[in-house]
Amino acid sequence: MSTNPDLIKLVFGRLSLESLPLHEPIVVGTFGVVALGGLTLLAGLTYFRLWGYLWREWFTTVDHKRIGIMYMILGIVMLLRGFADALMMRLQQAIAFGGSDGYLNAHHYDQVFTAHGVIMIFFVAMPFVTGLMNYVVPLQIGARDVSFPFLNNFSFWMTVGGAVLVMMSLFIGEFARTGWLAYPPLSNIGYSPDVGVDYYIWALQVAGVGTTLSGINLICTIVKLRAPGMSMMKMPVFTWTSLCTNVLIVASFPVLTVVLALLSLDRYIGTNFFTSDFGGSPMMYVNLIWIWGHPEVYILVLPAFGIFSEVTSTFSGKRLFGYTSMVYATVVITILSYLVWLHHFFTMGSGASVNSFFGITTMIISIPTGAKMFNWLFTMYRGRIRFELPMMWTIAFMLTFVIGGMTGVLLAVPPADFVLHNSLFLIAHFHNVIIGGVVFGVFAGIGYWFPKAFGFKLDPFWGKLSFWFWVTGFYLAFMPLYVLGLMGVTRRLRVFDDPSLQIWFVVAAIGAGLVFLGILCMLMQFAVSILRREALKDVTGDPWDARTLEWATSSPPPDYNFAFTPVVHDNDAWWDMKRRGYKRPLTGFRPIHMPSNTGTGIILAGLSTAMAFGLIWYIWWLAAVSFIALLAVAIGHTFNYHRDYDIPADHVVRTEEARTQLLAGAKS
Amino acid sequence: MTIAVKPTQTGEPLFYLADEHPHPEGWSTPLGFWIYLMSDCLIFAILFATFGVLGGNYAAGPAPKDLFDLPLVAVNTSMLLLSSITYGFAMLTMQQNRVGATQAWLAITGLFGLAFIGIELSEFAHMIHEGATPQRSAFLSSFFTLVGTHGLHVTCGLIWLVTLMTQVWRFGLIEANRRRLMCLSMFWHFLDVVWIGVFTFVYLMGMLR
Amino acid sequence: MSQMVRRSYALARLPNFQPEGLPVSRLLMILRILALLPLAVALGGCNYVVLAPAGDIAAQQRDLVIISTVLMLLIVVPVMALTVLFAWRYRQSNKSARYEPEWDHSTKLELVIWSAPLLIIICLGALTWMGTHLLDPYRSLDRIAANQRIDEATVPLEVEVVALDWKWLFIYRDYGIATVNELAAPVDRPIDFRITASTVMNSFYIPALAGQIYAMPGMETKLHAVVNHAGTYKGFSANYSGAGFSGMHFAFHGLDDKGFAEWVAKAKAAGGTLGRSEYLQLEKPTQNEPVRRFASVDADLYRLILNMCVEPGKMCMSEMMAIDAKGGAGHEGMNNTLPLTYDKYARRGTALGPEPTFVAGTCTPDAPQGQTSAAIKAPADTTPLLGAGLKRPTFTPLKSTSFFLGQRPKSDS
Repeated sequence: MSTNPDLIKLVFGRLSLESLPLHEPIVVGTFGVVALGGLTLLAGLTYFRLWGYLWREWFTTVDHKRIGIMYMILGIVMLLRGFADALMMRLQQAIAFGGSDGYLNAHHYDQVFTAHGVIMIFFVAMPFVTGLMNYVVPLQIGARDVSFPFLNNFSFWMTVGGAVLVMMSLFIGEFARTGWLAYPPLSNIGYSPDVGVDYYIWALQVAGVGTTLSGINLICTIVKLRAPGMSMMKMPVFTWTSLCTNVLIVASFPVLTVVLALLSLDRYIGTNFFTSDFGGSPMMYVNLIWIWGHPEVYILVLPAFGIFSEVTSTFSGKRLFGYTSMVYATVVITILSYLVWLHHFFTMGSGASVNSFFGITTMIISIPTGAKMFNWLFTMYRGRIRFELPMMWTIAFMLTFVIGGMTGVLLAVPPADFVLHNSLFLIAHFHNVIIGGVVFGVFAGIGYWFPKAFGFKLDPFWGKLSFWFWVTGFYLAFMPLYVLGLMGVTRRLRVFDDPSLQIWFVVAAIGAGLVFLGILCMLMQFAVSILRREALKDVTGDPWDARTLEWATSSPPPDYNFAFTPVVHDNDAWWDMKRRGYKRPLTGFRPIHMPSNTGTGIILAGLSTAMAFGLIWYIWWLAAVSFIALLAVAIGHTFNYHRDYDIPADHVVRTEEARTQLLAGAKS
Repeated sequence: MTIAVKPTQTGEPLFYLADEHPHPEGWSTPLGFWIYLMSDCLIFAILFATFGVLGGNYAAGPAPKDLFDLPLVAVNTSMLLLSSITYGFAMLTMQQNRVGATQAWLAITGLFGLAFIGIELSEFAHMIHEGATPQRSAFLSSFFTLVGTHGLHVTCGLIWLVTLMTQVWRFGLIEANRRRLMCLSMFWHFLDVVWIGVFTFVYLMGMLR
Repeated sequence: MSQMVRRSYALARLPNFQPEGLPVSRLLMILRILALLPLAVALGGCNYVVLAPAGDIAAQQRDLVIISTVLMLLIVVPVMALTVLFAWRYRQSNKSARYEPEWDHSTKLELVIWSAPLLIIICLGALTWMGTHLLDPYRSLDRIAANQRIDEATVPLEVEVVALDWKWLFIYRDYGIATVNELAAPVDRPIDFRITASTVMNSFYIPALAGQIYAMPGMETKLHAVVNHAGTYKGFSANYSGAGFSGMHFAFHGLDDKGFAEWVAKAKAAGGTLGRSEYLQLEKPTQNEPVRRFASVDADLYRLILNMCVEPGKMCMSEMMAIDAKGGAGHEGMNNTLPLTYDKYARRGTALGPEPTFVAGTCTPDAPQGQTSAAIKAPADTTPLLGAGLKRPTFTPLKSTSFFLGQRPKSDS
């Protein structure tokens, strides 16, 4: 067959049949399973005629609650992918001893650990955190929606676009083999000429746009849409931590955008930002990416701190101890998180004065963090602690996080870092804080707010099973890594020759297996809870006897959140209302002004993803066409001036009437 | 907008507003756009920092004084500064509800913007033609990227300007369009401020290096 | 690979990080031993090289690890205990415990919870400041072991280290030899490492000897260390550098003087020369490279590698930086690039950019500029630091670029 190679190159760029990893049996098998699952899902959706429903009610929605739920679903799906990578790594490291090469070659293994890091941070932790903030913050401040509902929908779909690109790299081409921060020169065109790093860059760029916009959106929401009476120092702590997190997002993601843009200029047109000759500086990349990267850690953990504050206070049946110092601690952490980035590379040869400056600023962060820890402790003190699942996660967090915090401060001592940097000790440390802090926090948040979102509680049996698997699995998986780090074992190794290390890796693999069971139990928990939803039903809207405003409305809340805008007198607004005999208004409903759904967000994100795909594979026509379409759709959207509608008063009356009957039924 | 939170007549605390809580349309927009501008400002800050670090690395190639044509850049700068002034006039006439005058001033602003882009492109073309390409040295990479990013922003501003002129033409100076003109105004002046930084740090101080 | 287990030794004779005279140092010693005890039980059969190293620098770094851990345990243990205690005591079913739902503030408690971590961080911060300066890898050694000052007459062993894809090259300029993936040094003789890389970032790390430092192309980092106990230790790259990274390790032999002389002789006997052309061959990516020895080495090779101009005709970084410092090469320099012929991997050209090039040298390749590069030795500073009885730390004045990029100016450029 004779074809014109130039034409093929014009149409397909560097995409060819060889780009499909047909020679990797593991990938082919995975593809089979995913394709089968995907086809079943598509067939099911078609069979039950759900496409229209999904499009109208979910994909095009501008309702912050639905977008929040979609973020959580994205997080769970990507957690499965990211965790599969973790299991593969643990298995490889547990068997690649004594001359055995394991079952993954370097080409595959190096992609696996890169993808694991990227997915877990950008497409698991970030969606989880953003999802919870999206769902909860407007409810907590008594707002109808976020400031820019359309932008919210767009942000979500951009995040999905990034996730789609990462998933695509599994089956078309390859992912980066550079580690999750893609340091040049390794990530530059000379040493990574393939599509992997391009997938990395564009997935992060597409998702990063979404994250930045969602950060702007939530800051505006918190600053401008608070219910009357809610001064800054009456905001719930979760709202405070969300505010600080979004400030961090807006002030750090542009740095990531620039640094990745510079890297892509190096890769696409041959500029010399991060090359070694022609005057470039790879060290500048390392600095810039960590100027984003360190705040990113706090972007993830601050909302988790907020969740723990809400949970501790609710389940101890007590006001939060030291609200003011909690707020100040959060703000101090926010500011300090910009002054510590260099601690990620003490070993790059900075002077002792520079190193100790950044070491000491890092340690100073532990002061407000420690103060927070004590605040939770003294919130429990003289409380009545109910050990529901969210509270169990909180206790597990408090016990686990202090260990991670301690090893973190240890790593902030530069000479100690010289011996532990890049070792498995470091891996253990940051999993200790990210799993022990962020993941436990997100799970506490899911357990806590699930009844709000769906009107029924999660099944406690499977939840507790999942909890114990996760906690024991975590300790089994990461304590051996601390030990290995002290034996001088470095990270990202594929094969080992010292047989005495193997036992530790085997234990860690068993731990990872237990965590996997924990994840399965969690999925089981969702399934069982949905099946038993009648038994687990909550009609009061306030199943935990909680304290903040989101519990004042029904579960799930109506589209408009609150029929009347609440007025706040206390930082535990709902607790205050309950205590002072608040009576739910039954009459006088008015039409409510709400934003209408739009498909523009998903279309723009789809076009962005297509453009990114074109750029990754050098399919220039696709990139150009998508870009022009992107511009056209965006401009076209601005010609639509009618983006909202009124929920008629009788609709509100009907909704509220239904709730009145439910509440009456519950009482009788 | 303040809402008095007072106990009701009966002494019961007020827990909700009986009337719809009035957040006028576009209530958050100025703040949101301002925050966006700050994030954009950060992008420029990083590009400035990059230029600061790499600006002296000529890789045994040409330096600013071999390349820059200061009189041309001065003309270019005046184009952008004038465009900011004319945009200001557009906003003033908008306040007076004079659609035609607003459109005219916007058009003049756009022409100045186009002139700016044109001069910048010809400057780039000249440098590349001489051999001072972005690939030649880290200094040139960071120069082209910083100045080019600014130029790209101005181009986006021009597209936006044309869009807004169309919308004003079709729908008049309605509230939404006034808000949009306000946002573009912030954007345009912001680019002006950034350019003053570029002119000072890249061109003037580059000549002094 | 046999590894010396020095655990029992290190436990019995913990090197004294802080000199006599500080009352806390005794206390810390005791705490240190106490903290090590449970570890010592857990250690059985394993080589905790980070906790039981063979070099004085690594030992001091280990001490810092332990002291910091103990300091933090002072607050971490009470927090964990209180967490469990409060969780248990104030459980819902315990109706006898006090319940004060409105209690949410106590100025005294707030003072304690902010000041307790603060005090610990002040201690740790002081320790960090001192430790970081004392253990700065760029600082020349002033002692060989805890109670053994350096003899002024001792000449340090100079080793030039190059991280290649994916192997390590060690050049002993004083002995005129070079080795691949094998390093040796006499016991108790200070070693001055100068470290660079050929292509991508690596990290030079021998846990038993001293902490790691990055190896980066076109740049030089330094490490000063000494090995106190004979033995064979493991060294490796601690920064992921690509496909062959896992196999990028080497043996480090701490030898007595006689053993070291024999080791040098072995290299001398191996024959072979490492010149520029041999280096360009060696530099090409290989994995799991066996040990190789070269009886003679081009004395200028390391400088050329560091300045990325081993390839004939390519301009050295030092020359380029000198030209740049004088304001560039002007219009003449606009087109002084030549097409690149040697590509390490697939290609260096970009999709939308021009063909890859390099900057052509302005001198003849055989007599490059800056041939003489006198090594600058930092004199051992013997002025006492006031108060703590410690050595005065060397202080590098901040430069704007070194502050942000963490790289010091190269001494020989």
